Amino acid sequence: MMNRRQTLGLAAGAIAFGAMPLRLHAQENAQFIPSLVYRTGPYGPNGEPFANGAADYYTLINARDGGINGVEIVFEECDTQYNNDKGVECYERLKNKGPTGAAVFSPLSTGITYALIERARADKIPIFSMGYGRTDASYGAVFPHVFTAPATYWSQATSLIQYVAAQEGGLEALEGKKIALVYHDSAYGKEPIRTLEALAERFGYKLSLFPVAHPGLEQKATWLKVGRQVRPDWVLMWGWGVMNSTAIKEAAAVGFPMERFIGNWWSGSENDVTPAGDAAIGYKSANFHGAGATWPVHEDIFKHVYDAGKGAGKRERVGEVLYNRGVTNAMIVVEAIRTAQEIHGNKPLTGWQVRDGFENLDLSAERLTELGLADFMQPIKLSCEDHEGGGSVYVQQWDGKTWKRVSDWIPPMRDVVWPMIKESALAYAKEKGITPRSCT
Amino acid sequence: MIYRETGQFKTSYAADQAIFPIAQDRLGMLVILAVAFVAVPLMASDYWLTTILLPFVIYGLAALGLNILTGYAGQLSLGTGGFMACGAFAAYKLATAFPELHVLVVFALSGLITAAVGMLFGLPSLRIKGFYLAVATLAAQFFLLWLFNKVPWFTNYSSSGVISAPPLAIWGETYVTGFEATPRAKYLFALTVVTLLALAAKNMTRLKIGRAWMAIRDMDIAAEIIGIRPLATKLSAFAVSSFYCGVAGALWAFAYTGAVEALAFDINVSFRILFMIIIGGLGSILGSFLGAGFIVLLPIFLNNALLAMGMAEAVALASHLEFMIMGALIILFLIVEPHGLARLWQILKEKLRKWPFPY
Repeated sequence: MMNRRQTLGLAAGAIAFGAMPLRLHAQENAQFIPSLVYRTGPYGPNGEPFANGAADYYTLINARDGGINGVEIVFEECDTQYNNDKGVECYERLKNKGPTGAAVFSPLSTGITYALIERARADKIPIFSMGYGRTDASYGAVFPHVFTAPATYWSQATSLIQYVAAQEGGLEALEGKKIALVYHDSAYGKEPIRTLEALAERFGYKLSLFPVAHPGLEQKATWLKVGRQVRPDWVLMWGWGVMNSTAIKEAAAVGFPMERFIGNWWSGSENDVTPAGDAAIGYKSANFHGAGATWPVHEDIFKHVYDAGKGAGKRERVGEVLYNRGVTNAMIVVEAIRTAQEIHGNKPLTGWQVRDGFENLDLSAERLTELGLADFMQPIKLSCEDHEGGGSVYVQQWDGKTWKRVSDWIPPMRDVVWPMIKESALAYAKEKGITPRSCT
Repeated sequence: MIYRETGQFKTSYAADQAIFPIAQDRLGMLVILAVAFVAVPLMASDYWLTTILLPFVIYGLAALGLNILTGYAGQLSLGTGGFMACGAFAAYKLATAFPELHVLVVFALSGLITAAVGMLFGLPSLRIKGFYLAVATLAAQFFLLWLFNKVPWFTNYSSSGVISAPPLAIWGETYVTGFEATPRAKYLFALTVVTLLALAAKNMTRLKIGRAWMAIRDMDIAAEIIGIRPLATKLSAFAVSSFYCGVAGALWAFAYTGAVEALAFDINVSFRILFMIIIGGLGSILGSFLGAGFIVLLPIFLNNALLAMGMAEAVALASHLEFMIMGALIILFLIVEPHGLARLWQILKEKLRKWPFPY
């Protein structure tokens, strides 16, 4: 029950903000790309380089190429604070902006991805959750609008187990080994568990699970148990934000060897290792793209963006792991729009047209070289059924100053992961009453 | 002048005991309901319905639930988030295990389950009071979230621990939850549930049970001496409060976000709702909604206003400013009127009665 004053307030607000969604950008011939970012909130320090990387890449495309085939990019950020409710609010705020509405949403949070998947299905807007989100959404027959390229958590888990096996001397050597998973106790952290359990059954290693409550500042008990009681041969970590650096410090405190401590790709940025100081030397993590500002694309970013005074962040932070991830995200979005333009013409496209671009995306090694990103990441090829496409990661190691590649690209065990993705997606379709579309 | 009860004679007990004894109040309420039920769905955009009004209505219900417990019965609780999670997960389990159940049955049952859980956690209130009880209810918050996170049965063995609401129809093909439902249907459904429950709460507080709650709140020993049983009274407050929170949680998961993990109901939610009733007014139905409006709507307004004022490039700055202004406003309102926004409204009404000729 509301009272009069409140209604008055609402009415006044409605008048003041009713015009808000109409606050369109001047250009009629522009492609609108919304950016859900978090520059504030508990994970703000990690969200910022990512947001800067994406913003700089879009600015670069506009400044250097005059947009995508002449269609200028207009992007707008909305700060979600890594909060699901705010994420939903941002989505609703941005989805109809620009001449053709939002091209694609990258929620940048597993929780927000979950909250948006069904909304976006109804609104016919694609979701590109790059390296996070709902793994089984990679099955394009059930989730035509969700893309998880280049790799999902489940693929990553199989790659990491293969890396461990290679260090131990083959997959057979995993028998009887002890592997611990330290994870953020949320939808995000729980994603790999099922895969790791399936692999444990297959290869005979013993998996122990250590949930860490958000935000993860208190891990003494966890690491005493890891370091003194369980004494695993390897520790894998699915952490985020301050949890990562805390874990590294606590692992060092109990004397766990850093060489046997591997984070996932969200646990391997400069922000995670620098607070731990020298204790972090030797710490490893997975990654699906290059680290450092040594690629031609970075030269272009310096030349066209930072020298022109249009940089979103600080010049010296260009090339950090999370910055490069933002660049990767923006690059895949741009290439998907480019592919969509081949189908629908060089004009601003709707979300569903951009979706076609994602589904037909073929990011070959040659194309990556053209983009100034040779060997930056593995080629991606998506299809109607497969919205993950590829899935290879490599392992990097912190030497105190930079991240060094210490492994080749490790492809996932598709034979393990794909049936699981399919089964889970079909179960979801059944629960939701969705008829999977035909992909043949 | 316009707000005066002169000439309105009460000729029956029913008229004397009406919720709104003054004709202008009744009219005002009808206008508000008409606006909320007719004008808003007709005029508001989807953005307004889904991201502003829906959470406002649902938070209002949760705040109402906590207000019954804390404002009326005087039992300080920090378990609101846990109880909301309980309602959400109960509704999810019921809706997926028995797909033929009607949506209203699902919501009512999930509320009842939460009420039972609430009574269980209310038992310590017989021995501990005040801040100590807050700590005891904190246990409910952490235990319930831990439980839903830990036991995969609650999420139907979802690998990530996220539940997503199945589509449920109120009648025929009119869905009110899930992705088939239109924002309008969801809003009207939530609004109807909340209006009915708010009416029920208002009447409860005027009945014997509500008077017993307030007696226990004001002085429990005195209340016991005049024949009010503390056990039954406190537990009934916990039960009713948890019922409301449970339904709010179910609405949150089913009508608002559509997919939640247990973490969505963490301790911050409990704090938010507690702040709502402190700012809105303890022991006031209206205050619950005023507080919810203040905490839910104001940040969105601020953020949009700051961005509209030409700071679109600096989302971080807008977020920081939003925090600062919000904090300053909370302090301001608590200094101006420590009894909450509802009390401000009451003072205004009294002034209005004498206007324009105060004695």
